[in-house]
Amino acid sequence: MSSLNIPIYLDYSATTPVDERVAAAMAECLTMQGNFGNPASRSHPFGWKAEEAVETARRNVAELIGAVPKEIVWTSGATESDNLAIKGAAEFNQKKGKHIITMKTEHKAVLDTCRQLERDGFEVTYMDPLENGLLDLEAFKKEIREDTTVVSIMHVNNEIGVIQDVAAIGAITREKGIIFHVDAAQSPGKVAIDVDAMNIDLLSLCAHKVYGPKGIGALYVRRKPRIRLEAQIHGGGHERGMRSGTLPTHQIVGMGESFRIAREEMAAENERMRALRDRLWDGVKDMEEIYLNGDLEQRIPGNLNISFNFVEGESLIMSLKDIAVSSGSACTSASLEPSYVLRAIGRNDELAHSSIRFTMGRYSTEEEVDFTITKVREAVEKLRELSPLWDMHKEGIDLDSVEWAHH
Amino acid sequence: MAYSDKVLDHYENPRNVGVLDKDDPNVGTGMVGAPACGDVMRLQIQVSEEGIVEDAKFKTYGCGSAIASSSLVTEMVKGKTLDEVAEIKNATIAEELALPPVKIHCSVLAEDAIAAAIADIKAKREAQSSQKESA
Repeated sequence: MSSLNIPIYLDYSATTPVDERVAAAMAECLTMQGNFGNPASRSHPFGWKAEEAVETARRNVAELIGAVPKEIVWTSGATESDNLAIKGAAEFNQKKGKHIITMKTEHKAVLDTCRQLERDGFEVTYMDPLENGLLDLEAFKKEIREDTTVVSIMHVNNEIGVIQDVAAIGAITREKGIIFHVDAAQSPGKVAIDVDAMNIDLLSLCAHKVYGPKGIGALYVRRKPRIRLEAQIHGGGHERGMRSGTLPTHQIVGMGESFRIAREEMAAENERMRALRDRLWDGVKDMEEIYLNGDLEQRIPGNLNISFNFVEGESLIMSLKDIAVSSGSACTSASLEPSYVLRAIGRNDELAHSSIRFTMGRYSTEEEVDFTITKVREAVEKLRELSPLWDMHKEGIDLDSVEWAHH
Repeated sequence: MAYSDKVLDHYENPRNVGVLDKDDPNVGTGMVGAPACGDVMRLQIQVSEEGIVEDAKFKTYGCGSAIASSSLVTEMVKGKTLDEVAEIKNATIAEELALPPVKIHCSVLAEDAIAAAIADIKAKREAQSSQKESA
């Protein structure tokens, strides 16, 4: 076990470490000897050189999603991209209509942006997912109205890893002339994106889920047919007026390099992730009363979201102190609310409270997975010994029939 | 979130985990909380004829602080009279375990569990004495 680095990181969907190749490229854009210039400086070579590095990065990002470089707008991350895309498109097109469609399982960056638009007089439809986490296309078609201007659906869900059929959604929105925004924060390097084939008009990206740095992202904005946005941040007119602010060369170079590596290594990495994911699932799936959340097939490799019934998620995480994972139970906040994503796919509160998300990545190993299997089995067994609900389950009592004192 | 050493100690080495016979006339059982809220505590006390708590057992579904709170309570109640046990307040539990504000509800739940267990044993004893009187 000496090769194991404790604690083991299995939370790659929260963020990834920066790849060493990426860090090296970034480090070259900071100091006096490096490429530190302002890419907007037109009057000297410091600016020209920085601009060149930014444009190389733009090409790398564009290539991964089948776009042209001019369609890439740098932002501070996927949250800002979501805000710019949804608010920007909804506001620009408000004379045409004020109706937006999204899903209940979207990231908060989309949901809270939509809530804000509701306060500003827009109307938003929040679609329920099917039990496997996917959008019901027939139900979706029925929600489209004359005044629907923007549809925002995420590509890969951050909690359960399911992949929406964005091509099918894009075919529908294109036919209806509706702007289609996709939050693809979790996709790069894990699932192929082709904005033309998928008829995507706006696509949010970030670097820190794909071994790039935090604090940098991009929004793809389609040029043909041209999508116009109301800018949300005003200033020097950078990024064709869509997002003002001095471009952070080192961050952009980092994102470009991480996307270049993702493009080159995606196929091999996915194969390895799938093997690790299957190894972990095979190691625990015979346990009693465990449930896989989200579709197993329509899912990125590297994500397992499992509910361990009759065990509370936060205490399970506490038991797994040598393993960094995340829980769908937000008991640490005062709200005591279980995951809204798991609730939306129809999991009851108990199962939502009992969930753990394992996400593997570039530096995960078989040894780490095997260690995790052992620890998870031990922890669940220990906590079930402590659980009155497990006792009741073993006695054959239906927990739904019990009258609980809700507090 | 960092846990206090006391919470970690009770979580890793929980005291008095187990089950007493809930049909035993000398056992009071209190079960509080709800699975949907993320915590359920079952506290059981075995009470002598003289009203002294001789044994206590618990099982808890919940976060580490909920488990630690109930484990601590089983230690606190032993050897006390029912009246003394009824005096144990959530603030004492929270202070002893150094619970952060977001975890105060765990100590409140533990206090509720004590109250429920006392109510159960008292109800059993009253039922017994009224049976004796009618007999």
